[in-house]
Amino acid sequence: MPTDRPTAAELVEAVREFLADDVAPNVEGQLAFHTRVAINALAIVERTMAQGGAMDAAELARLRELLGQDGDLAELNGALSRAIRAGEMDGKRGALLEHLRQTAQDKIALANPRYLTPRG
Amino acid sequence: MADITKNKAETQVRNLAAVLRGRVTEVYGPGTEIDGLERLSGGASRETWSFDALMADGSRKPLILKRDPLNEQREDNADSQFSGANVLLGVDRWTEGRLMQLAGEVGVPVPEVPFFLDANDDTSAGFVMQRLDGEALGRRIVREDIYARARPKLAFQCGAAAARFHNIAIEHLPSLPSLTAAEALDYHLDVIDALKQPHAGFEYGIHWLRERLELAGDRLTLVHGDFRNGNLLIDSEGLLGVLDWELGQLGNPLTDLGWICIRAWRYGYYDKPVGGFGEVADLLDGYEAGGGGRVPLETLRFWEAFGCVRWGVICMIMAFTHIDGRERSLEKVSIGRRAVEGEYDLLRLVD
Repeated sequence: MPTDRPTAAELVEAVREFLADDVAPNVEGQLAFHTRVAINALAIVERTMAQGGAMDAAELARLRELLGQDGDLAELNGALSRAIRAGEMDGKRGALLEHLRQTAQDKIALANPRYLTPRG
Repeated sequence: MADITKNKAETQVRNLAAVLRGRVTEVYGPGTEIDGLERLSGGASRETWSFDALMADGSRKPLILKRDPLNEQREDNADSQFSGANVLLGVDRWTEGRLMQLAGEVGVPVPEVPFFLDANDDTSAGFVMQRLDGEALGRRIVREDIYARARPKLAFQCGAAAARFHNIAIEHLPSLPSLTAAEALDYHLDVIDALKQPHAGFEYGIHWLRERLELAGDRLTLVHGDFRNGNLLIDSEGLLGVLDWELGQLGNPLTDLGWICIRAWRYGYYDKPVGGFGEVADLLDGYEAGGGGRVPLETLRFWEAFGCVRWGVICMIMAFTHIDGRERSLEKVSIGRRAVEGEYDLLRLVD
């Protein structure tokens, strides 16, 4: 990726601000709803660009520890899913559940952080 | 081109008006007219139209038509890469209308369904229902002051309504897709596999549910299939109608009670577990009062966890409708990211 400013994140932010400040106030009905959906989608992209790398690294470290094997995120998540289905993780439920809850919490912090607090 | 499209749309409205005029004279007598025919929504999957039947004596019946989209034959089992896919695709319009009639006969609040439309050259198949004056938007129901008096009653009323339609004798029901709890869990795994989206969280939840299948119970009844805030018509006094029976199926009745409790339908009011408006104790009291028996909290927890799996899988299916190009839609693809809401809640329900 080029290091020139604006960065990709700054471009996404600019588009989100344009939709929120210039488009949203001037549309109604379905178009207003879809504008909100678009703003939310771009906010997910921004949060992922800012925090996703660190979350992926932490998830990968947990998966290697849990499974005792090496691989990338997709491979290890596939392996973990197969192991759970086969009942092979039943002896490590505590550690497994802790990992799964942390992973879900990270994903939701990217997708919809307000979900973690009531009536945000 | 735009003119041709416009002309085609006008012809379709004229044809529909003629069909409806013919049907209202058959149902309400000669001299009945129709008035105010207007399209309400045009989702890709269904059309709804509003109109009045104008009686010979001058009185009006406010009505809604729900019909399949025109020019598109419904492909049953279109998603046949998933076994049992029609539990999420839905029933035909005649079956949907018939389920509403049957529910009304056992005291469930539903709009009356006075007549049906056959598919022919001028219209697709549909059914006509009474147009009731109420609110179905969940966001407004949980929030607005005019529903403040209704909200505390709704969980009990929903429980009682569900108990009644769950008690309809199976031999009275039209043909419906059918899944036991065990089959439903397999079905959700099949979808996850078909989409090649391994989710360790859902995998663990389904594993946990499979270990506790005896909690599910073995009743097989009519299940509404989408019994939730958003498909309930409310007025300032309480529950006016249970809407949208298109996912009706034969299954475990408690599917409906778990579904109405998942967080997706609380519209931010997370401290009100039933639809963002009510309490679990009231839902279960209503269910018992309506003749559904006492549901233990542990069983409801099973079905709420099941609901989280189902919500997650529905979110994935919606996203892939866009991703694989069947229907490009920002809304659908964005819903894909809501799957994790089901995963997150599921992992807090299981142990």
